[in-house]
Amino acid sequence: MTQLQEVSVEEIKHLVSERALQGDTVLLNMGPQHPSTHGVLRLLLELDGEIVVNCIPDIGFLHTGIEKNMEAKNYAQAEVMTDRLDYLNTVGNNLAYSMAVEKLVGLDVPVRAQAIRVILVELQRIASHLIWLGTTGLDVAAMSTFLYCFREREAIMDILEMCSGQRMMTTFIRPGGLWRDVPVEFEAAVREFIKVFPRRVDEYEALLSRNPLFLDRTLGIGKVTAEQALNLGMTGPPLRATGVNWDLRKTRPYSGYEQYDFLVPTRSEGDVYARYIVRIEELRQSLKIVEQALNKLPLGPVRSNHHKFVPPPRSEIGVSMEALIHHFKLWTEGFSAPKGAVYSAVESPRGELSFYIVSDGGPKPYRVHVRTPSYDNLQALPHMAKGVLVADLVAIIGSVDIVLGDVDR
Amino acid sequence: MQPELEPILQDLKNTFSARVSEFCGDVCVNIDAEKIVTACQKLRDKLGFTLLSTMTAVDLWPAENPRFNILYQFTSVTANLSLGVMVDIPGTDPSLPTITGVFQNANWRERELWDLFGIKFEGHPDMRRIMMPADWEGHPLRKDYPLGYEEPQFTFNYKEIDLRKPYAKE
Repeated sequence: MTQLQEVSVEEIKHLVSERALQGDTVLLNMGPQHPSTHGVLRLLLELDGEIVVNCIPDIGFLHTGIEKNMEAKNYAQAEVMTDRLDYLNTVGNNLAYSMAVEKLVGLDVPVRAQAIRVILVELQRIASHLIWLGTTGLDVAAMSTFLYCFREREAIMDILEMCSGQRMMTTFIRPGGLWRDVPVEFEAAVREFIKVFPRRVDEYEALLSRNPLFLDRTLGIGKVTAEQALNLGMTGPPLRATGVNWDLRKTRPYSGYEQYDFLVPTRSEGDVYARYIVRIEELRQSLKIVEQALNKLPLGPVRSNHHKFVPPPRSEIGVSMEALIHHFKLWTEGFSAPKGAVYSAVESPRGELSFYIVSDGGPKPYRVHVRTPSYDNLQALPHMAKGVLVADLVAIIGSVDIVLGDVDR
Repeated sequence: MQPELEPILQDLKNTFSARVSEFCGDVCVNIDAEKIVTACQKLRDKLGFTLLSTMTAVDLWPAENPRFNILYQFTSVTANLSLGVMVDIPGTDPSLPTITGVFQNANWRERELWDLFGIKFEGHPDMRRIMMPADWEGHPLRKDYPLGYEEPQFTFNYKEIDLRKPYAKE
């Protein structure tokens, strides 16, 4: 690092219109420290009065080199980094990573572990959508939803803490199963949540769905067509709000999703309101999945007994020589994966989350690439923001539901 | 391999002399770098792969030719298929034609590859760094770029390390 460089208009000349160079329009910075950018997102706006002529996102403020760091760790250690990607969907990131490793080394996961994974991931999806709902409410000046949403999220955080000891960075889902079985209080806590939550979703809807102020701010704003959305790489609720019925839980069922009866909500308008309705409906569907999974939660082990890859239980180490050797090998060197590359995708609350893992046959991944949904969804922002008011831009950012940890990695 | 992929792969083999490989159920085709734009066009318009899921690179350093594998991962939402397209490029002055004209979301993905791997995309509308600061030197995800570390400061060596820290100076 030698000197701080000045950023000049020359460097971004090709991104703004001719009028900006003549001084007819104003260039304005929004962020990286702005309450409605949902993290450290900087937007360079070219404004004609209140109207956004061009919107140039500047990302990378939260770039922590997670992909590079994962190359220097073995497969078990690297999982800890995945929590830090999308910090509102930590359990889902663990699942995506674990599934990629399981695909690479060919591990089977016991049915009980699969069902608990689904319960936790769906609860996390609800928690993530609640944060989105609360902050989007704030963006369009609906203060009270935020407080209600965080009350329900707290119940989910308590359940995660009960299972793993951590509220956010759980690393509870591991390659080959789970860290350990859920505690006995788990079922009662989830049942309590299932009992309370449907009423609460109705309450949120009563606050927003037909509220004329909310409708004014969301109907017809930030429209995208299905064709555009696909070309822009959008996935998840923003894509489903344009009418494309694409949910990896339905189209490529994993972790036993094929056993559960749920709908994939879609809308055809592709505006901010459509994304809102899709996510609200997803809250209900996720709860339905949690309830079904809890009702038929099978008994049995929660970890694969393939001890070349999964550590043996503590109780076996004292009585079995093999268990001790496996334990020692796994915690010193880690396991080696066969040479090759896998691409494994799951549906995160924000869209397609996938891990591309390249192995050179050693105990550390040669290369890990994470396809994070926020990255592509955010990239569509300039297209949605052309010609809208600055206030509407705030609503659009909220409706895309980005997490900057997920964008910058 | 899904049976629906067979005719698509046959088509790619005939038109682009692609080489097909499969590992753990993931199908990947290797094609030449100069054919990538027409291949993307064909995949999008004729074969139904309307979503570019991701684009990434693998550095094979110290190998020089090829040094980088570039992966384009496509998804067809209508037929529910996935297909990876791999392109190999050499390590000296690595560059590829851009596909931003076909898939708009390749814009940031290609900027990311330029920033972190130093792979140039010819014809890209906005070839700036995206993750690292604009004045950064080097391309961090390359294998010859060491993973840095920071020395922990304790009371006995606090000043000594502080002097070496790269603060923004006046």
